[in-house]
Amino acid sequence: MKQKKLFEVYQNNSVKISVRREWCKSCGICIEFCPKDVLVPDDQGKPIPENIDACIKCGLCELRCPDFAITVGGVEEKDE
Amino acid sequence: MKTIIDNYIRKEMFPNIWCPGCGNGIVLGAIIRAIDELKWDKNEIVAVSGIGCSSRITGYVDFCTMNTTHGRALPFATGIKMAKPDLKVIVVMGDGDCSAIGGNHFIHAARRNIDLTAIIINNMIYGMTGGQYSPLTPTGKFGSTAPYGNIDQTFDLAELATAAGASYVARGTVYNARQSSSLIKKALDKKGFSVVEIISDCPISYGKMNKMKSPVDMLKWIKDITVSKKVWEALSEEEKEGKLVTGEFVNIDRMDYSEKYKGIIKKAQEMGGNKQ
Ligand SMILES: Cc1ncc(C[n+]2csc(CCOP(=O)(O)OP(=O)(O)O)c2C)c(N)n1
Ligand code: SF4
Ligand code: SF4
Ligand code: SF4
Repeated sequence: MKQKKLFEVYQNNSVKISVRREWCKSCGICIEFCPKDVLVPDDQGKPIPENIDACIKCGLCELRCPDFAITVGGVEEKDE
Repeated sequence: MKTIIDNYIRKEMFPNIWCPGCGNGIVLGAIIRAIDELKWDKNEIVAVSGIGCSSRITGYVDFCTMNTTHGRALPFATGIKMAKPDLKVIVVMGDGDCSAIGGNHFIHAARRNIDLTAIIINNMIYGMTGGQYSPLTPTGKFGSTAPYGNIDQTFDLAELATAAGASYVARGTVYNARQSSSLIKKALDKKGFSVVEIISDCPISYGKMNKMKSPVDMLKWIKDITVSKKVWEALSEEEKEGKLVTGEFVNIDRMDYSEKYKGIIKKAQEMGGNKQ
């Protein structure tokens, strides 16, 4: 498997989900409580938005992440 | 990529020291988002904490910060507020910190109605020191010092703060992080002593001893034991057993301590130092 970067960005036409893998502690909270089952754990337990098209941008994963490791935004938002 | 959070933290201190899934990080996020909405200047904010896992919060925020001694965050914060009343002073405490060793400070800060915001991260245990029960450990639950179950009656911090005279009292949970953030925002904005208790998870010291090994188990439990005010009011006394009500309980306007103190300074000046 390809080694993942410390910071991974996943996106489709409308959603962008960023995972700061370096800070993620694989607690599973974002994965378990996503109302749309967007996220699945990889072999290290870190979230992969495999079902990104189902994301409703509710932001709950971001609000509940204790490690500021996952953020959800629109694709129009520019990175700084 | 830069997020709202990144504007308020000491990034070099991350990843944080807390265990995976620890609620302290969720509360930290809720506090930061509330401050961002209020558009407060970072340099006008002082965050004060005691000792405990939760108290580590002051190491992560890029405000003026003070990490003091166990149970004494409120006296230090009181000193800061009295010396510089224009600063916005936030006090973050653990349940042991606030309700055991610091219990008297809490009562009297509320009685004086000093303009501080107290955020209590209630994980119902002494997290840092290995799971000794605190005054907020539910009756019947286990701790390293209660291997057969806790026989103590639990404090209700919200009722305590209300009875002692706080201007604002609310309770949220880490499960309901969005609501917690808006309660914190209202508390920060309130003049006088404002209290927000956040029911939080400690999967390591509390969860392990109470058959909830994972952070996910703990969050599900917190969701199960907490109810909104509306639901709470419809419950019978029996049904209320073991449950905690969340929401806003007190939001009143009462003159705060700094205003009263200013008044007494003025009076003393007018009397030219002559006592009556
Ligand atoms: C005066 C004093 N007494 C005891 C201690 C040991 N001590 C450190 S943290 C702590 C309790 C931590 O529990 P809590 O305040 O609930 O915070 P948490 O770690 O759960 O966030 C204790 C008893 C201390 N540091 N100082
Ligand atoms: S924003 Fe909501 S729907 Fe999208 S991944 Fe996060 S929790 Fe799931
Ligand atoms: S909630 Fe945060 S730390 Fe936990 S698994 Fe998801 S991204 Fe990682
Ligand atoms: S011991 Fe408990 S409170 Fe302390 S960091 Fe670990 S999970 Fe959090």
